[in-house]
Amino acid sequence: MRGARRYQVIRRLVSRPATVIAALVVLAFIGIALGAAHLAPYNPTATDFAAVRKAPSAVHLLGTDEVGRDVFSRLIWGARASLLAGVIPVTLAVSLSIPLGLLAGYTGGWLDSWMMRLNDAMLAIPFLIVAIALAAFLGPSLRNAMIAIGIASLPTFVRLARGTVLALKTEDYVEAARALGCSRPRIAGRHILPNMLPPLIIQSSIAVAAAIIAEASLAFLGLGQQPPAPSWGSMLNAAQRYLSQAPWMALYPGLTIFAIVMALNVLGDGLRDALDPRYY
Amino acid sequence: MSLGLYIARRLIALVPTLLFVSVLIFSLQQLLPGDPALALAGEDHDPVAVAAIRAKYHLDRPMVVQYRIWLGNVLRGDFGESLRSRIPVSELLASKLPVTIELAVCSMLVALLLGLPAGVISATRKGTPLDFTANLVALSGLSVPHFWLGIMLILLFAVRLGWLPASGYAPPWEDPLRNLTTLLLPSIVLGTGVAGVMMRHTRSAMMQTLDADYVRTARAKSVPERLVVLKHALRNALIPIITLGAIEFGRLLSGAVLTEQIFNIPGFGKLLVDGVFNRDYAVVQAVVLVSAALYVLLNLLADVLYFVANPRMRGGA
Amino acid sequence: MSWTRTLLALVAVMTLAADPAAAQSVLRIGLNDDPDALDPTISRAYTGRLVFAALCDKLFDVTPDLKIVPQLATSYEWGPNQRSVVLKLRPGVKFHDGEPFNAEAVRFNIERHLSTPGSFRKSEIGEVKSVDVINDLTVRLNLSEPLVPLLAALTDRAGMMISPKAAKELGDRFGTRPVCAGPYKFVERVAQGKIVVERFADYWDKANIQIDRIEFLPITDSTARLASLRSGDLHMIERVSPSDLAEIRADARLKVAGIAELGYQMIPINVSNGPKGKVLGSDPRIRQAIDLAIDRETIVKTIFGNEYIPGNQFVSPSSPYYNAKFPVRKRDVAKARQLLREAGVQNLTFTLIVPPERDRQEVALVLQAMLAEAGITMTIQSQENVTMLQAGRRGDFEAYFTFWSGRPDPDGNIYTFNICNGGQNDSHYCNANLDALLVKARQTADPAERKKLYDQTTPILMRDLPRLILWHRRVFTGFNTKVQGFTPYPDGIIRFRGLKLS
Repeated sequence: MRGARRYQVIRRLVSRPATVIAALVVLAFIGIALGAAHLAPYNPTATDFAAVRKAPSAVHLLGTDEVGRDVFSRLIWGARASLLAGVIPVTLAVSLSIPLGLLAGYTGGWLDSWMMRLNDAMLAIPFLIVAIALAAFLGPSLRNAMIAIGIASLPTFVRLARGTVLALKTEDYVEAARALGCSRPRIAGRHILPNMLPPLIIQSSIAVAAAIIAEASLAFLGLGQQPPAPSWGSMLNAAQRYLSQAPWMALYPGLTIFAIVMALNVLGDGLRDALDPRYY
Repeated sequence: MSLGLYIARRLIALVPTLLFVSVLIFSLQQLLPGDPALALAGEDHDPVAVAAIRAKYHLDRPMVVQYRIWLGNVLRGDFGESLRSRIPVSELLASKLPVTIELAVCSMLVALLLGLPAGVISATRKGTPLDFTANLVALSGLSVPHFWLGIMLILLFAVRLGWLPASGYAPPWEDPLRNLTTLLLPSIVLGTGVAGVMMRHTRSAMMQTLDADYVRTARAKSVPERLVVLKHALRNALIPIITLGAIEFGRLLSGAVLTEQIFNIPGFGKLLVDGVFNRDYAVVQAVVLVSAALYVLLNLLADVLYFVANPRMRGGA
Repeated sequence: MSWTRTLLALVAVMTLAADPAAAQSVLRIGLNDDPDALDPTISRAYTGRLVFAALCDKLFDVTPDLKIVPQLATSYEWGPNQRSVVLKLRPGVKFHDGEPFNAEAVRFNIERHLSTPGSFRKSEIGEVKSVDVINDLTVRLNLSEPLVPLLAALTDRAGMMISPKAAKELGDRFGTRPVCAGPYKFVERVAQGKIVVERFADYWDKANIQIDRIEFLPITDSTARLASLRSGDLHMIERVSPSDLAEIRADARLKVAGIAELGYQMIPINVSNGPKGKVLGSDPRIRQAIDLAIDRETIVKTIFGNEYIPGNQFVSPSSPYYNAKFPVRKRDVAKARQLLREAGVQNLTFTLIVPPERDRQEVALVLQAMLAEAGITMTIQSQENVTMLQAGRRGDFEAYFTFWSGRPDPDGNIYTFNICNGGQNDSHYCNANLDALLVKARQTADPAERKKLYDQTTPILMRDLPRLILWHRRVFTGFNTKVQGFTPYPDGIIRFRGLKLS
């Protein structure tokens, strides 16, 4: 994007207080994840069998879980797993979708047709099912859950990338470049690629939110981050059994997931408005 | 292009898509570790018994052969039987799909009841705090992890207050009251997510039509505002809303996976998860195929609705 | 006909139709998961047995203290050298489809168990060579080798009798509409929904069956199950987890009954099954050290609120076959360290495979902490249950954490696990002396003699420790006070004779 437009975008981003707050929340979560070692009052894997399933108190701010671990500390440390589980799969999906989208959209013809058919088939299978099947195949672990979610998120991004390429192909400056005799790869690299980014960025924000929920869902089923390492989803898995005796075990991890996902969605909203092509 | 030709072309395109889906899910399952015959055996494995099961279900043949056998059977209407309970898969499908569809319908109702009015209000009061709050509430509905919401609602309404049953679904013709009470919470859980999407799309669709020429004309003719909103704007905004509804419905069908697990609703989603964990190949294949087919058909329906409703696309005036 | 009359008639019909079970008693039982196929020959899941208790009678049954008592068979008599056994059958018994129960039916059933591909009963009664019909009410089972525990096998699914006529008609699909000779007959099954059975009018012991109809409802979520019990939606729930007991006990409308289970929770250790058995299998002192570093009582107290029973042998301390000379040892970290030193091992490290199931995951964490205090580093690796058991078969493990549901006869708890090349001997532990004792024990009829033989196995196993037995659960059944006449059995199965619903 050119300089003036970039300035406009940023200005529109910060003009909305909701977007700013959301961005700050996201940054706060990132900060918590990075600084977990300094922020968490207890070791997240330290068991204490004398303090099993204790209600929130001055000693344990958000209570303890079924083996006496501090819920608050586990939430803080769990941020790492959950944020990684959000960012890495989406980065994977976006990076793969750009070349694939370019290939399909720019080349066209039967390659495009068959790629899209395969893509539609993948889209037709429920996202969570692909993730569950892949995670079960690869074996339950955070790393495999991330791979599974990344692969499951790919079709949406490919479709988006290809759609953007198709729209851009007909833009004036692209036609002009062709007329001037620029080679296809050069056009792809200089003109199309940079302009593909805005819609992908917007989608990313929402996709990260969805990925965080997906990891939590997988962990809830026992397929994500394995115990004893903390992860918000696996905390919910354990909490289900003790729902009536220790509801705080389920309440706080869920609220935390809600908070980060909400912030990401609001941010995505703000990005969409700021990058809205109607304004440029 | 005429409507009939359009539908025909799309239906034909459905076939290779479904074929791809079946190949995909078949390969995915084959990759799953854990021999289903051994999964069936459980604690002690009698190698003779396990080998016999493997032979019976062709699990010892190469993947391509298994796929060919399976495909042949499906084309004849035989989806095989559940490895675990020996109940024919078609029977399982027939008994569980209506349950999930009922859940999806109820969830859509919740979504429409919440989302549509919220979207209208938001659009007409654009820029006001009311609009802002409504948008925030919609986003909350989208953001809350629905399996957590389900657990919390169970805790509140079933465990603490005892107002609603925690389990024990009954079909509507057997016990209508129970049917409603067991579907209430899961519908709310699933519906709030879609309500958020509904609200936002209603809002943007309304905003677009409220800006349109014919609306301005109506206003200029001093037509009362309420009439303008309801009669003209909403009616034209309904088209994109309906098409969205069709797509979201398809997603609801598959999104019910965790919700059914938590609320113990004997529907498609639960069938699927149990099938994956029990390595019940035949069940997983069939469920995914049917879900995919429904999803694709609903998308087609949405496109058709859009096509019909939008005169410009029809090539006429 | 006037409209009013028609309307009244319609209302009357609808009322009657809507409440056909007006005077019927319906018992609703919550199951922990959905049973698999309801065919005794191929059924594997534990929950299936709960449904079979209503549908299918067996040749023999067990009492709560594990004595064998008549059911469809009235007596047994061992032939010379325990190579055959003659069973006398109960007269006047009918199957649910009206077919008579007789010696022919017994032969059909046993042969079905032995010859059906995929039969899981084959490993339980595989020693039966042939079945002779002596007369209408007498059969003789001929065995390829003496096998006293066979009788105990006949108290479970291997002894369940199904109607030969129905079996021939339904073939493979028998499990979808079972026809047996139990107190209740099959009505319908909604997969993962419910299983409904109703009283069989011609049951041979019908005087003792008071409840008209039973509905089994599989509910996988324990919170939902408990909530349904408390709200009155369910009358009984099975295998209640210790963490839910407090809630049931606090509720005046509910009761809970518990009894020590037949099985145990164990950690099989790889002794010589491939390369992974090198470390832990090299010296029994290593395994003894691990065993001594574990405090079973603390585990049972902190994780299970003292509701379970610490164990160290293949039967629970309350069993007549328990060897009282080897009680559960107290934890001794110093001794553990010393043993490791003697074995010449520094910084012992190994991996324990644990399935996602909550109970064992929590205990694994405790074990990790306990072993660390003895200088042993244990890493926890999570694997799905099925994958773990397969890895066990292959020898792709150092130690894994599993359980055995237990059998009424002690042989069922030890033989296949410890005998050389035993079907469940994943450790590949092999000791010829032990084998001789185990074989002799299963060929001896006199219980006192058998106890002496099993007692001789204890010192061997305590020294070699191919598996660590940690605790025995108690099977808890939660039920509404309206349910009367319930007796808990060690196998956790609800038996319906004498059960009343008020």
